[in-house]
Amino acid sequence: MSSVTNLILSGVGGQGVLLASEVLALVAAEEKAEVKQTEVHGVAQRGGSVVSHLRFGDKVYSPTVRTGTADILVAFERLEAVRYGHYLKPGGLMLVNDLEVMPGQVGDFKPYPAGIMEFLTGKGFKILEVPATAKAKELGNPRVASLIILGALSVHLDLSREAWDTVIGRRIPPKLVDINMKAFQTGVEIGTGIKVSASA
Amino acid sequence: MTLPSPGQRVLMAGNNAIAQGAYEAGVYFASGYPGTPSTEILEVISEYPEIRAQWGTNEKVAFDEAMGVAMSGKRALVSMKYVGLNVAADSFMVFPFAGTVGGFVVISADDPGMYSSQNEQDNRYFARLAQVPMIEPSDPQEAKDFVRLAFELSEKFSTPVMYRTSMRVSHSKGMVTVGERSEVPAKTFVKDIPNWVVPVFAKGLRAKLDAKLARISEYVETYPYNRVEEGSSKVGVITSGASYTYAKEILPDATVLKLAITYPLPKQTLIDFCARFDQVYVIEELEPFIEEQLRFWGVTNIIGKDRFPHTGEFSPDVVAKAVFDEEPVQDFSGEFDLIVRPPQLCPGCPHRGAFLALRKSGALVNGDIGCYTLGCLPPLSANHTTFCMGASIGNAFGFGVGGTDKVVAIIGDSTFVHGGIQPLIDVVYNGGNTTVMILDNRTTGMTGHQEHPATGMTLQGKEAPRLDLVKLVKAIGVEHVQVANPFDQKEMYSAVKEALEYQGPSVIMTNQPCIFARGEKGRKYTPFVVLEDKCTKCGACQRIGCPGVLPGEVPAIDEVACTGCSLCEQACKFGAIVRKGDA
Repeated sequence: MSSVTNLILSGVGGQGVLLASEVLALVAAEEKAEVKQTEVHGVAQRGGSVVSHLRFGDKVYSPTVRTGTADILVAFERLEAVRYGHYLKPGGLMLVNDLEVMPGQVGDFKPYPAGIMEFLTGKGFKILEVPATAKAKELGNPRVASLIILGALSVHLDLSREAWDTVIGRRIPPKLVDINMKAFQTGVEIGTGIKVSASA
Repeated sequence: MTLPSPGQRVLMAGNNAIAQGAYEAGVYFASGYPGTPSTEILEVISEYPEIRAQWGTNEKVAFDEAMGVAMSGKRALVSMKYVGLNVAADSFMVFPFAGTVGGFVVISADDPGMYSSQNEQDNRYFARLAQVPMIEPSDPQEAKDFVRLAFELSEKFSTPVMYRTSMRVSHSKGMVTVGERSEVPAKTFVKDIPNWVVPVFAKGLRAKLDAKLARISEYVETYPYNRVEEGSSKVGVITSGASYTYAKEILPDATVLKLAITYPLPKQTLIDFCARFDQVYVIEELEPFIEEQLRFWGVTNIIGKDRFPHTGEFSPDVVAKAVFDEEPVQDFSGEFDLIVRPPQLCPGCPHRGAFLALRKSGALVNGDIGCYTLGCLPPLSANHTTFCMGASIGNAFGFGVGGTDKVVAIIGDSTFVHGGIQPLIDVVYNGGNTTVMILDNRTTGMTGHQEHPATGMTLQGKEAPRLDLVKLVKAIGVEHVQVANPFDQKEMYSAVKEALEYQGPSVIMTNQPCIFARGEKGRKYTPFVVLEDKCTKCGACQRIGCPGVLPGEVPAIDEVACTGCSLCEQACKFGAIVRKGDA
């Protein structure tokens, strides 16, 4: 099954993880024989943890990714990088957005956990921090963060820029295409520009 | 939605593929009731103008209507989550005695792992109980193709057919090659009383059903979609549905007997297949449905539930553990505090106001199925029992009879129409001193905001006479009926107090919509803000359980999430929360 690319996208409900997964799956569908994508979103999951599995290649059976086999984990939020980190293969690439979303509280108050990036680095993953939320604000629309993340991801995938442009043009509402294209390009620059920190 | 054109290979979710399959199969009528993971099937079908699609008031009604269309000679399907079939079971058990005229397919969407469900139930047993053939797709392409196969089977043998999908098949996307719609000529219902008046002629029909099942059992022995995929290893596998995809990942070289029809099973095919191998893995999610029948037939060289779990969802990891003792990689919870993100009522949810008043009243609350089930979680903790659709009212009556003081049943508008009306009639009839709170948020919230009779709109977007719930409960005979605003805590609490003091059946109807109900989306809100100089850090605003009130020593309000419902303002005794701009 080495011809199959395994991806995990994780984040918090409302962040655009599912839209990003859909765009990514559609791009893969443009170029690959088979694509499978699945996600978990249960009851009232606004603000809940969201995870999407995506696999593409010549022949794909299961829509779900095995733990320890994902080539890349894309986390739209830091805590959600740790929550699904075990899906990543040893030394795999992790793209982590620069965002911390405080979990909703039931019962006693718990502060947001410290030391996430150090913990993940210590696990031996290759980590690419993507300041997507900050850059999206600079671009004037916080909602385009997911396209920045996809842009950074695209650098590490074997999918053509034409396919990305086609799908973004088709899937995103016309009046938002320009800013999303710009966001995607910003992501591409981040993906190529920032040095990947491998350690441990 | 843009509908795909014939010949196109497109990425589709399983439920969308089922809808496309219904379209291609020439389905004339489709009904159902929303329920995860089945809801999108009817929603997508409703986009095809060739099909009349509608939400039924509940699964039984939806079933009976589709059954009527099928008897009248046209292809009909009914779609529901697996527990919906419990509701429709009465009809489902009897219809096979008569058979059908036009094709009739019952879609049951199971939820192994209970991602969004109250129990774990293997509905394959329903097919066996009803003696109805069952077909199970493994991926989106099959999800589409098998709808046509199900209708062909239904018409070939004049029988309802159960189409069983699961969460993972319904909610996974994959590539699907779409085809054209074939219109199917309508057949004619013949007034053959001994066939259609089942109770009077049941004995004869029972024998006919048995004979029919024997013919189907023979037919499935050569059914081309029950296929053997020859492999190079000496391992045999029997599987179906989503499990097939996991088996292929973990045992790529095995010889696989992939079953499309899992009831009735092809007995001789299975026995012969097992005889070819030293050992055969029976890879099936949930109960040992296939395995039990194999063992009953004397097949012993099978590995099933002695190695595979009979609860929870399967995955490639689960199969690898069962077959090779390969442990999945553990998550990092042992090394890192992975604080959970619990499901919560949305900011601006009207249920919150109802729960705050109920919490204050100290009532015992019997809940029902909907977003408001979440009222059980802290800090609201004001929903004390929940089981299934419509159970709240009968349960509350029973608690009252059992001697419990201050009992309230809570039930949403859609759930009330589904299964709450008859229990309320019963409460009046049997002299219950029961308070029922109908949380009317003008939509079916939890399943993604579907219309229902009390919203005044149909699935296909036609205006409908709006069921007036206040008039309805009065007509049932409830004399003490109050309508209250859950965002006005004084009004809401006094309504609860008054209803609890009243001797006799009483109803409280809340009157604020879900923030996602039709007409509510896109509404502009003025959020609230915290005045830090007035805040005493007492935490009262954080105890209303609103995700918009951010945790922290000094509370803050998420201005993007806040809908200005004012419940936090009412909770603050120090005037430290004000509408933005009023400070």
